[in-house]
Amino acid sequence: MRAKQRNKLLRYGLLIAGAFVMIYPLLWLISATFRSNSEIFSHSGLIPLEPTLEGWRRAFAAYGGQIDLLRAMGNTYLYVVPKVLLTLISVTLTAYGFARFSFAGKKLWLMLLYSTLFLPRTVLYVPQFVLFDRLGWVDSPFYLPLIVPAALAGETALVVMLIRFFHSIPKVYDEAARLDGCHSLQVLWYVLLPMLRPVLMTCGVLQLLWSVNDYMGPLLYVKTPARYPLSVFVKLSMDADSGFAWNRVLAVCCVAMLPQILVYFLVQRRSEDTIAAGGIKM
Amino acid sequence: MNAWKRFAGFCKRNRHMLYILPWLLGFFLFQAAPMLYSLVCGFTDFHLFRGISDIGFANYGKILTDAETLGAIGRTLLYTAVTVPLKILTALAVAYLLHCSLKGIGVFRTLYYLPSILGSSVAAAVLWKALFRDGGVVNHLLEMVGLAPVSWLAEPQAALWVVILLRVWEFGSPMVLLLAALQQIPRTMLEAARLDGAGGWAVFWHIQLPMISPVLFYSVLLQICAALQEFNAPFIITDGGPMGSTTLISLLIYRNAFGLYEMGYASALAWVLFLLTAVFVGLYLLIGRGRLFDGQEESA
Repeated sequence: MRAKQRNKLLRYGLLIAGAFVMIYPLLWLISATFRSNSEIFSHSGLIPLEPTLEGWRRAFAAYGGQIDLLRAMGNTYLYVVPKVLLTLISVTLTAYGFARFSFAGKKLWLMLLYSTLFLPRTVLYVPQFVLFDRLGWVDSPFYLPLIVPAALAGETALVVMLIRFFHSIPKVYDEAARLDGCHSLQVLWYVLLPMLRPVLMTCGVLQLLWSVNDYMGPLLYVKTPARYPLSVFVKLSMDADSGFAWNRVLAVCCVAMLPQILVYFLVQRRSEDTIAAGGIKM
Repeated sequence: MNAWKRFAGFCKRNRHMLYILPWLLGFFLFQAAPMLYSLVCGFTDFHLFRGISDIGFANYGKILTDAETLGAIGRTLLYTAVTVPLKILTALAVAYLLHCSLKGIGVFRTLYYLPSILGSSVAAAVLWKALFRDGGVVNHLLEMVGLAPVSWLAEPQAALWVVILLRVWEFGSPMVLLLAALQQIPRTMLEAARLDGAGGWAVFWHIQLPMISPVLFYSVLLQICAALQEFNAPFIITDGGPMGSTTLISLLIYRNAFGLYEMGYASALAWVLFLLTAVFVGLYLLIGRGRLFDGQEESA
C-alpha cells in the first residue's frame, strides 16, 4: 500500500513539474506585457516590479499606417468565418458522397484524396501563386485565394475524418429514411447531420484555428495594409518594435492568442475526444 | 438513340458523384494542375516578370551543386530527424503519465495541451523569440543553475534548437492520440498481465506499446510530414539566420519565389521537397506496415 501511495505522489510531482514548464512561457508572456521595456529582460519572475499599462495602451494605438490591432483582428474574422462555413458545407458533402455512394472511379478518387493528405503545402505555393496572379485574385478585397480552395473541400484531413464518422453510423438509418420517402440530401440533413453535430463542431474549430494561425496565405495574397489580418500584423509589429518596445509586441501577441485559447476552453473536452477518435493532426 | 440511352443510364448510375464534385473541382484546379504546372516550371528559368528564356535541367543541376541548397536540404533532414523523435517521445511520456485516474487529471491534460493550440501561429514564434533572446527567460534559467548564457539567436549552432524546442513544446496532438489509444486497451488484459507477475515496465513494453503501435506509427508519419515543411518558426524567429543556420528548404523556396521571383528554380526546389517527402513516407510505410500489432494475434 505504501508503494502505491509513493507511486501516486511521484506521478503528481512529475505532472506538476511538467505543467509548470509547459505553462511558464505563457504566464511570463502575460507578466511581460505589464512591465516597462527596461524591466522585461532584466529578470524572469512573474511579478512585474513596476507594473505599467504602457504596453497595452500602445498595443491598441495605431502604428500611423492604415492598420491597427482591432482592425487586423476584424480583417481576420472577416474571411475566416465564411471560410469555416464554406469548409463545413463542402467537406460534409464530399465525405457523404464518398462514405455512402458508389460511382465511376471511386477507388481512384479515394486514393487521390488520401494522397493529398501527405502532399506538402509548400510545393503548391509557387504554382498557386502564379494561378491566382493570372486570375487577378492577389490582394482581392474578398480574400478569394484564402477562401475558395477551402470552399472546395481543400482541407482533405477533415474530409478523411468525416468519412470515418459517416462509416460509424449504420446504414439502416439511411435505408429507413429512404423507405419513408427521403431523397439522399434529405437523409443527410434530417438523419445524419444531427448525429454528426459534435464532429462538425470539431471540424469547424480545427479549421478556425488553422485559418487564424495561417501566416503564409495572407503573406502571399494580402498586399494592402488596410486588409492585413492578425498574423501578418503580429509579424509587422515585431519587425517594427523589437529591440525597443517588447511590451507592446508581447501585448499584441497576447491579444492574438486570446480568441484561440477561449475557443479551446469552450469546446475542449468534446473536441479532444473527437479528434482522438478521428485520428487527426491539430 | 441507343448511345443517348446509355449515356443517360451512366449519368443515373453515377448521379451521386455530384456530392464529391466540389472536391473534384478543387482537387484538379488547386492541387493537381498546380502540381503539374510546377513540375513543368521546374525545367525552365521562369522569372515572374522576365518570363522564360531557357529550358532544361539547369535548375536541378544547380540544386545538386549549390552549397547553400544542399545545406538547406541536409538541415531540413536533420531538423526532422531531431524534432520528430523528441516530440513523439515527450508526447508518449506525458500520455503515459496522464493515463491514470488521479484527481484533477483533466486539469493537467488541459495545461499540457494548451501550448499546442497556438500551433504554427506567429504569436507563438514571437513569444519564443522573446524567451530565447539575450536576457530572456531561458538564459536567466541557465544562469540560475550556474551555466553560461547562450546567444541562442546569434549562434549558428544554437538557433535551430530554438525552433526544435518550440515544436517539441507543442506536443499536444500526438499526446491526445496516444492517450486515447492507451485508454482503449481493455483493462482485463493489463490485469491478467499483472497477475502473471509483470511489473509496470514489462506491462508497458510488452502490452501497452504494441497495442498503441498503430497510433504511434500514424503520429510519427504526420509529424514527419509537418517537420519537412516547417516554415513559420524559422522564418519569424531568425529569418533563416544566423549565417543560414535555420534556412530550411521551405525558406529557400519562399526566398527564391517571392524575394527573387525565380519561379522556375523555386518550383524545382519544391519538387525536390515533394520527392523527399514521398520517399520518406513510402519507405516508412514499407518498413512499418506488417510489423504493427493489429489486434489479430489474440484470436489466432
